[in-house]
Amino acid sequence: MKRKPFLFAAVMAAATLLYAGGPAAAAEAVKVGITWPLTGNAGAAGQASKAAAELVAEIVNNAHPELGDLPLAKGEGLPNLGGAKLELIFTDHQGNPSLAQQLTTRLITQDKVHVMLGAYQSSCSFTATAVAERYGIPFMVGESAALNITGRGFKWVFRGTPIASDYARTYMRFFDDMKKAGKKIESIAIVNENTDYGTSVAESVTEEAKKANIAVAIRIPYSASSTDVSAQVLQLKEKNPDVVIFISYTADSILYIKTMKNLEYKPPMVIGDDSGFSDPSFVPAIFDVAQGVMNRSAWAIGKPGSTTYKINEMYKAKTGRDLDDTSARNMQSFFALVDAINRAGSTDPEKIRLALTQTDLKPEQLMMGYQGVKFDSTGQNILAATYLIQLHGKKYELVWPAKAADATLQWPMAGWTK
Amino acid sequence: MLLLQVVVGGLLLGAIYALFSSGLTLIWGMMNVINFAHGEFVMLGMYVALLVVVWLGGGPAAFGMAAAIALFVLGVVVYAGLIRHVMRGPMLAQILSTFGLALLLRYTAFWIFSANFVSLPETSLSGTINLGGILLPVAQLVAGVVAVAFTIALHVLLTRTNIGSRLLAVSEDRNAAMLMGIRPDRMQALAWGLAGCAAGIAGALMATAYPWSPSVGETFGLIAFVVVAFGGFGSVPGALYAGLIIGLIQAVSAFWFGPIYKDIVVYSLFVALLWLRPQGLMGKA
Repeated sequence: MKRKPFLFAAVMAAATLLYAGGPAAAAEAVKVGITWPLTGNAGAAGQASKAAAELVAEIVNNAHPELGDLPLAKGEGLPNLGGAKLELIFTDHQGNPSLAQQLTTRLITQDKVHVMLGAYQSSCSFTATAVAERYGIPFMVGESAALNITGRGFKWVFRGTPIASDYARTYMRFFDDMKKAGKKIESIAIVNENTDYGTSVAESVTEEAKKANIAVAIRIPYSASSTDVSAQVLQLKEKNPDVVIFISYTADSILYIKTMKNLEYKPPMVIGDDSGFSDPSFVPAIFDVAQGVMNRSAWAIGKPGSTTYKINEMYKAKTGRDLDDTSARNMQSFFALVDAINRAGSTDPEKIRLALTQTDLKPEQLMMGYQGVKFDSTGQNILAATYLIQLHGKKYELVWPAKAADATLQWPMAGWTK
Repeated sequence: MLLLQVVVGGLLLGAIYALFSSGLTLIWGMMNVINFAHGEFVMLGMYVALLVVVWLGGGPAAFGMAAAIALFVLGVVVYAGLIRHVMRGPMLAQILSTFGLALLLRYTAFWIFSANFVSLPETSLSGTINLGGILLPVAQLVAGVVAVAFTIALHVLLTRTNIGSRLLAVSEDRNAAMLMGIRPDRMQALAWGLAGCAAGIAGALMATAYPWSPSVGETFGLIAFVVVAFGGFGSVPGALYAGLIIGLIQAVSAFWFGPIYKDIVVYSLFVALLWLRPQGLMGKA
């Protein structure tokens, strides 16, 4: 518990809640409570998602006929609620699960939000969703990957994003393809940050690797606030696996990549499990020493003129950079939530919940590479899927599966060029 | 060989811990004030280094100097504008004032620099030296050497020079020092300046190896407190030894037992040491 002496800081900061959203909304506005880490270690990711959520509100609240089949883009507001607009109320849980719990309680009891969206870190989503379940408010988990968030018998929790086991299976399918292409993949290493997110994905990968007959040479759990990771990199160097999978947040993934360069360790391939590798700060910090690192993404900008391309242009105009996978998955989950509210035709929580259970979005209505959005009885989207991307120059390009790819896979990774 | 590499890495990191902790211990030794904003001073040192590199294209010497000077000035300003006044109040006011300062600096940094992680662009400090199989990243090597040199220089300044004697005289007995013609305000402002200076250089050095965002001060602030308590409150050489020992223990235990256990090892030893020697390694009983 590194933060204990600063517990007071957390309490003080909790008082400084961030408010945002449209101008004074009409009485019938749909209030969406959102809790994300807007400061702290994952602050950058939270801020990027905040801009993405604001973009969803902008698209829904105003007429955007150019965005094709995207739900609710065409007209202004939610037609079945008399054109009601979305009002977003943001709070900052700083990556602290107990703060996430408090803020969710506050949003529901004091701000009287109709629905909830959040909460980035799996550990925070885990605590925040429990609050929503208790009060009977629909909670859409935008992008947290840990398995244990759904499957607790909750009625009010829904999740649009693919989860840990989906990703783990994707990696194994990819390895299988690579082996068929003659690449050597006998052992992998798993390096994971040690909260719910990293632990859960690492366990899924370990399990799937066992099924696929791939040895896990070493598994290294670590704390994301580490200031030095040389010892871990040396352990990897000693074990010499064919692929290293990182399940890491931002500062730690940059630190790992830089330390690997400093200690002259270059495995044949590095795969980042999104999060840190998709953070807007990651590529500028490491592109010159990590050419060819892979990452997963269900988001692809697509060709000029496509809906995804237009969405990216809007996001770029707002923030000055491309939309990242994490924020995009949040947008997709948010769109699915808004679609359900509109079908419910009411802000009554039970009606929204029912509409969510009946959600059935088709691929052409989505901005992500999912096969659709449809929730099972645990609230998990069963049609979610992902692509694999690779860093070429200063940007990620879609390299797998081959039929969707727009660039050639580089194997082994080039790493640093100088 | 691998273990030797781990040991060297741990010592280099420990040297930087020692440098940024020396400022904290100096202020405690001088005036019994705990500066909770010390980690934020280090954070600002990192941003000063970044601005110098990005705007002026300065090299390591330039951004190191700039961070040292900027933080020296900040230290003096904080003393003159805040600490001098709250010193008259109760102990709690002193603690909370630096705590408030920490939050002010952190959230101002969030406002100006945003929550995004940044890192220094490639500088002449990039690259790695291979010394008979031991890999020494240049940035960390320079950082470690400068950190040890600066910490020793600070110790020499305090114990071997006229200014040092005056600083210590004020901390010993403010009134007696005044009778000897020393102006305590100036000396204490100088102590804050030096503490800021140490934090600034440490920040600039850390920036060469470590990506950061405005919340990084939290992590460093905590390490500084542990180092200072371990080494003995008020002792600069204590901070040096403690920094090196903690860096070393962290690295070796992370390698042997796994990274999630390293803090358990460090803090167990820390508690054990305080149990045996509550004043810390070098502190006065």
